[in-house]
Amino acid sequence: MPIASEAGASARVPFADPAQQHEAASAAMWVFLSTEVMLFGGVFAAYLWYRHADPAAFARGSALLDAPLGTVNTAVLLTSSLAMALAVRAAALGRRRPALGWLAGTAVLGLAFLAIKLLSWRHEWTRGLVPALHAGAALAAQPRVELFFVVYFIATGLHALHVLAGVGALAVTGAALARVRDPGRWNPIELTGLYWHFVDIVWVFLFPILYLVR
Amino acid sequence: MLPQASDYAARVDALFLAVTGVCVAFGVPVMVLLATFCIRFRRGRRVNRRGVTRHTLPWEITWTAVPTLIAIGMFVRAAGLYASLTRPPEDALEIAVTCKQWMWKFQHPTGPREIDALHVPAGRAVRLTMTSEDVIHSLYVPALRIKQDVLPGRYTELWFRATRPGSYALRCAEYCGVAHSRMDGIVVVLPPEGYAQWLRAGGAGPDSTLAARGAVLFRRFGCSGCHRDDGRGAGPSLLGVAGHDVPLAGGRFVRADDGYLRDAILLPARDVVAGYAPVMPSFAGQIGEDELFVLLAYLHALGRAAAPDAAPPATLGPGASGAAAGTP
Amino acid sequence: MTTAALERPQPSYLAAGDTLRSWLLTTDHKRIAWLYLVTITLFFAIGGAAATLIRLELLTPQGDLVSDETYNKLFTLHGVIMVWFFLIPSVPAVLGNFLVPLMIGARDLAFPRLNLLSWYIFILGGAFTLWAMVSGGVDTGWTFYTPFSTMFSNTHVVLTAVGVFVTGFSSILTGLNFIVTLHTLRAPGMTWMRLPLFLWSLYATSLVMVLATPVLAITLVLIAVERIARVGIFDPALGGDPLLFQHLFWFYSHPAVYIMILPGMGVTSEIVAAFSRRRVFGYGFVAVASLAIALLGFLVWGHHMFVAGESFYANLVFSFLSFMVAIPSAVKVFNWTATLYKGSIALDTPMLYALAFIALFTIGGLTGLYLASLPVDVHVTDTYFVVAHFHTIMVGGMVTAYLGGLHYWWPKMTGRRYPETWGRVAAVTLFLGFALTFFPQFALGYLGMPRRYHVYPPEFQVLNVLSSAGASILAIGYALPLVYLIASLRGGPTAGPNPWGARGLEWTVPSPPPPGNFATIPRVTEEAYAYTDADRE
Repeated sequence: MPIASEAGASARVPFADPAQQHEAASAAMWVFLSTEVMLFGGVFAAYLWYRHADPAAFARGSALLDAPLGTVNTAVLLTSSLAMALAVRAAALGRRRPALGWLAGTAVLGLAFLAIKLLSWRHEWTRGLVPALHAGAALAAQPRVELFFVVYFIATGLHALHVLAGVGALAVTGAALARVRDPGRWNPIELTGLYWHFVDIVWVFLFPILYLVR
Repeated sequence: MLPQASDYAARVDALFLAVTGVCVAFGVPVMVLLATFCIRFRRGRRVNRRGVTRHTLPWEITWTAVPTLIAIGMFVRAAGLYASLTRPPEDALEIAVTCKQWMWKFQHPTGPREIDALHVPAGRAVRLTMTSEDVIHSLYVPALRIKQDVLPGRYTELWFRATRPGSYALRCAEYCGVAHSRMDGIVVVLPPEGYAQWLRAGGAGPDSTLAARGAVLFRRFGCSGCHRDDGRGAGPSLLGVAGHDVPLAGGRFVRADDGYLRDAILLPARDVVAGYAPVMPSFAGQIGEDELFVLLAYLHALGRAAAPDAAPPATLGPGASGAAAGTP
Repeated sequence: MTTAALERPQPSYLAAGDTLRSWLLTTDHKRIAWLYLVTITLFFAIGGAAATLIRLELLTPQGDLVSDETYNKLFTLHGVIMVWFFLIPSVPAVLGNFLVPLMIGARDLAFPRLNLLSWYIFILGGAFTLWAMVSGGVDTGWTFYTPFSTMFSNTHVVLTAVGVFVTGFSSILTGLNFIVTLHTLRAPGMTWMRLPLFLWSLYATSLVMVLATPVLAITLVLIAVERIARVGIFDPALGGDPLLFQHLFWFYSHPAVYIMILPGMGVTSEIVAAFSRRRVFGYGFVAVASLAIALLGFLVWGHHMFVAGESFYANLVFSFLSFMVAIPSAVKVFNWTATLYKGSIALDTPMLYALAFIALFTIGGLTGLYLASLPVDVHVTDTYFVVAHFHTIMVGGMVTAYLGGLHYWWPKMTGRRYPETWGRVAAVTLFLGFALTFFPQFALGYLGMPRRYHVYPPEFQVLNVLSSAGASILAIGYALPLVYLIASLRGGPTAGPNPWGARGLEWTVPSPPPPGNFATIPRVTEEAYAYTDADRE
């Protein structure tokens, strides 16, 4: 763009100043999260629809899941959200090194969540609970129980993809934070935080409906 | 013009005309005003253009409120007519409809079966219970102004009372693949005596009724081994079950309609009758949709057999001893 | 309003480089608008070619031009291309991209690079869809109804679904960009109640794009999973439920209908005001009506399923809400009509399109009342009545508004004027062609001709021939602007910054505008459409 903006050289075209740019970035993140709500909303709708159609089959399916692993994973992800909040706070106070530390902690917990999730998927694999790929006796002639696992794998798979994307976002944010001049006036970390909390909240809904509601 | 083969069709047409009246009452003034203003206020014409109002609120309220009231009125009238379409009379002639790419099959309760043609008596309510063997189809009889999607894996219903004898087109209205547009047939409305004659020619008789054939299937599929009339089998006796409330494990009750009976045969693990172990195997894939209708006709006969109202658990059914209605 | 831009001439955005690279890597919203314009014109030609073959086939009842399979692929192609690759991006991605920053006094959209990315995603989705087409096509109809699409069709369902899925993200990103831009980049003094109504309608459209499209995305994922893995989601043979698919699909696709009409309403508001030299009657009500339509649009999806096997009570609720969604639409029509009163009306090409829009949208909307009336809907749903109804909204409404807007802002986009006489001829031709094509289809539907019929009973032939004759007039009507608009790029007279004498920030900058739009960001001190009595004399 050949035309320089009038106020605040540090803002990118088309923004007039950094505050406006900050505002736009936050607005964009909220709009983006609302699209994510609708995306997962489709999965929740499918869950509710079929649960309503056959509650007993969904209860049988739910009973086959590895509830202890799910519980551990919930704790891991909630802790990661705490670490994320502390990272945002440290950055806002201008403390770069603690912020980087908390960010790293968040990412490690995120990876731990994924590892545990893989482990629980492995359990489901060995027990023949994977529709189409490895469906064993537990799913034989029980289409609605199989349907529970279809919903389960789509929901948790979609969520895991979001966690993975979140870990990537944490890495990018960390790398940028390490270079930025004034961490206290730098807002992308807040946006990463918003996203991470959202991913956490999705799990907070997924965990009870998949593991606990019988 | 499109023939009106039933009184209901005439009422739909009356509603259609009423809606048209509303459309004309709204649309024509708008078009006339558009044209009038365009001519009268055409740029270059000397005409008073001063005094453009900014007080639009009274106008806005008027043209929000009036259409709202009219819309509510239209809704009420349409919903009223629609309600008459939902509950078939008790004495309706029950026809079982199975469709697949790309044909319609009809089974009359007295036995005759036909493909791509449906003979019905004039003046009598006819109720179609329908299912599809593959994709979604839609049974559409324009002359009767009725249409209902036919889904695989469940029953949908449609009823009508044709009043004018004649032959009317029947079409598939839901896109269903290659030969969708060729999936048609006819509905032949006959005078009652003509229908009776047609039934006789089609081989109707006491042994060929759906229920009679269903009794044969009931034994052939081994149902009778567990669902004994005396209630001493592994499953409940089915006397007085169909059409009545059934207690389920967990304390719920469910009306044993076609949908429930269908699921009970194909997905037996879902709603188990109270007091019984979930030991029944699924018959999904072993019993065809046509046969399922035949079996259901027999279950309905059993349901009627045990004097519906006066049937507390211990009442004896005619010609059989044992408890009715699913108690062990 | 500022006139500074006029005094200091700058090279226009068109002159800022003419290499292919300068176009393909541009982040200028005005150039991206052109990228979309060219792309969707191509898609319109493809979808139009399919429509031409369909109408040729339906000249005779026997189905003798193409086979059943080909016919089914043709109407599927027509629907998929026209809905997702023409109508949805048409006004928002072309006119919206060009005008949103200009109308609010901004240098660009909030996220220029994201804007370019949206176009590339659109191209990628289009490429998948075209690939599916050339490698054999798809025959499910644009509605992808299960279990036909997942278990029975042996055409390229997944490939097409991927194409539509990918394109959805383009739609989402465009909506996101507009929402953020309208919230954060309005020039000083440009309050919400001073926004041109085009922007109100685009804002409502963007909300729908952002909130509805993700549901389509997940639905298409579920289709692909069921089709590839053969696990039951929508197929009852495997424990699934096809009605869930219909609910999810229409939860997106009904609001999508409003993506395809709200922007057209916005264009009409602009044109009616400019060519009457009057502030739009009841500005606030027209603005709020856009939001009301977007909101109610999310609550009426069930009216597509009145004969699908929904419960009686669900049908009643959806019927009632469908009657209610007619109200804000009616309010708009009344306000446009009232705007003409005491206006100074010039019947130039854009105004002819706007008037055609109002007339056809009125007809399209009123025929919706038949479909909201349950017993009538039972009779005419899935017939040509519905085909005629939604084409009256989509073609009679949206395409008409798109062409009207294109003519109205053409001088701004190109700096050139198109030949006015040819413009009027084309507008009238399109209106007549439209009426002859689609009005007979209302009759066909009432008489009981189902949609998506390759062969049909001979008694329907006369009406079908009329419709096909109309379609050929329609084709001429579309070809005309293509020719004279392209010709005007070189030979057209220079337009000047404000050829129509219209109000609005976009008319304060040179035609075509410089790359950054405004030399200095304007300060807005007056409401939209601040025409005075003097303007009308």
